[in-house]
Amino acid sequence: MTALAPTEHGALLALTENDVLRALDAVIDPELDEPITDLGFVRSVRFTDDGIEVHLRLPTSFCAPNFAYLMASDAKDVLTALPEAGTVVVELDDHHDSDIINRGLAADAGYRGTFRHEAESDLDELRAVFQRKAHTAAMERALTALLRARDDLGEQDVAQVVLGDLPDDEAKTALLRRRETLGLSLSGSAPVLVDDRGDPYPAASAALALRRARSTRISIDGNAHFCRGLLATRYPGAEADQAPRADENFFPTSSLLRNTRKSVA
Amino acid sequence: MYTKDGESFFIVDAHVALWDARPENQRNIHGKQFIDCFYDYHANLSPESEKWSYEEYLYQGGERLMKDLFTDGYVDHAIFQPAKLGEFYHNGFGQTEEAWALTQANPGKLTYNHNFDPRFGEAGLDQLRADAERFDLKGVKLYTAEWNGDSRGWKLDDPWAYRYFELCQELGIRNIHVHKGPTIRPLDRDAFDVADVDHVATDFTDLNFVVEHAGLPRLEDFCWIATQEPNVHGGLAVAMPFIHTRPRYFAQIIGELIYWIGEDRIQFSSDYALWTPRWLIEAFVDFQIPEDMTEYAPITMDQKRKILGLNAAKMYDIPVPAELQLPNADETETGPREPERADLAAAR
Repeated sequence: MTALAPTEHGALLALTENDVLRALDAVIDPELDEPITDLGFVRSVRFTDDGIEVHLRLPTSFCAPNFAYLMASDAKDVLTALPEAGTVVVELDDHHDSDIINRGLAADAGYRGTFRHEAESDLDELRAVFQRKAHTAAMERALTALLRARDDLGEQDVAQVVLGDLPDDEAKTALLRRRETLGLSLSGSAPVLVDDRGDPYPAASAALALRRARSTRISIDGNAHFCRGLLATRYPGAEADQAPRADENFFPTSSLLRNTRKSVA
Repeated sequence: MYTKDGESFFIVDAHVALWDARPENQRNIHGKQFIDCFYDYHANLSPESEKWSYEEYLYQGGERLMKDLFTDGYVDHAIFQPAKLGEFYHNGFGQTEEAWALTQANPGKLTYNHNFDPRFGEAGLDQLRADAERFDLKGVKLYTAEWNGDSRGWKLDDPWAYRYFELCQELGIRNIHVHKGPTIRPLDRDAFDVADVDHVATDFTDLNFVVEHAGLPRLEDFCWIATQEPNVHGGLAVAMPFIHTRPRYFAQIIGELIYWIGEDRIQFSSDYALWTPRWLIEAFVDFQIPEDMTEYAPITMDQKRKILGLNAAKMYDIPVPAELQLPNADETETGPREPERADLAAAR
């Protein structure tokens, strides 16, 4: 990273729009588990006389204000951390709480200072809930892909699958990142199908655990469909700013279904 | 009634509204934001041929509603589920007087459900008594993200809400339709969390809780709760139009719901006037789970009959022609259906 350093002509080192967007790649929509840049939530990047001004947009006026605040304040944090950034202004446009959130961001008031009587402590637990869901969904995607690729693996074997069994692909990378966030083991011998604390499931309940994980993944995928579509309807042209979402996994699991039934009965 | 290829379907549209979002009824910018949000849902998820203009969308009136539902839309019976949104609209969003007059003018076709807000305390309880008598209420529609003064939401397990549910029991209001919307105090927690449904369903086993849009965006939490609480049902409002834009995704939602909660606890609705029922019913009767999705069994005509009307008809005692009635399915593998077995699934 370049340190803040005046150039010969006294100006700050020039950041490009691309630098700003790459920094914003680190800001994740907690519900959808995707960067706000891929979702098209960054409306504009403008360089002002003394810094950067970024505007964010969301699919509806009534998106949950706590998530809206999290993304906007995370955006301000990552940009402020850029040594060359100068004064950073982040504003959320067209939201029912735009005034409250933008006032709080400008004053660096924090979550409680921003929402006052509507806030109790902090948003850490909220963030953690969705980090756990993101892990569950990533786990399901990786295991589903593996089971599709490996005829020799039956559902009764799912509990025994370890990280080292997974092919080195995007699904595995995504899973490892989310395990790291939760502080779970990244060792090749660590079981893949685990709960939020990293504890494995007994073989008898593995199929049901995978089935529940699938419903989590489907729920997140559904939100992503809604949010992308609504954003493009609300802001025509926004679809051009959206990175395509990875194809959904479909998993022919007649055997899994049979075994699931057995194990719950 | 909808008939295709010799198969007949009794249709109950379990979630409709007669709303007025015209500028003269908007109290503030939020009234406009709210209907704009609805219109974006409509525009984004409708087939091109079914898309309305923004002006049409602001207000339909009773005549248009009757045409869209009953003349063009195959619907045998529809249930009003009005949202009040008193902080956003002068005369509320759902039009009580107009909808009630329409219900009276069309006997047997419409059921009028009303709403309550536990933040009105004792006065609200009196109002609920009066409303129950006036409208002969069998159900209520609750929108937990309703704004009220400084408060921007409430939970079903708030102590005051319990007083209202106790009164519902007393007044014979058995069907509680719950719309989980965003914004709830405190903002620290997930605004769409459905855990409060779990609590009230456990404590009020003689009431039915119909969770609209099947808990979306928290489908998985909803499914899990519904496996443990036999009086929790899923409404398909908002999920239905995915049948057009994302049929494979729709297949997964239906597949998950049938797997977890079974075919007897899922209710069709168009969410009129968000969408109109005709194209949704036609598409649903033609719909099949894609062959490569073998994790879900194919959906049967009888399952479609239950979802399209029989399940809601049973809940509301709406008469169904004898030849179209069906027995309940067996219990799902994942959870109990009989009330006395509530909460056993988790313990097993």
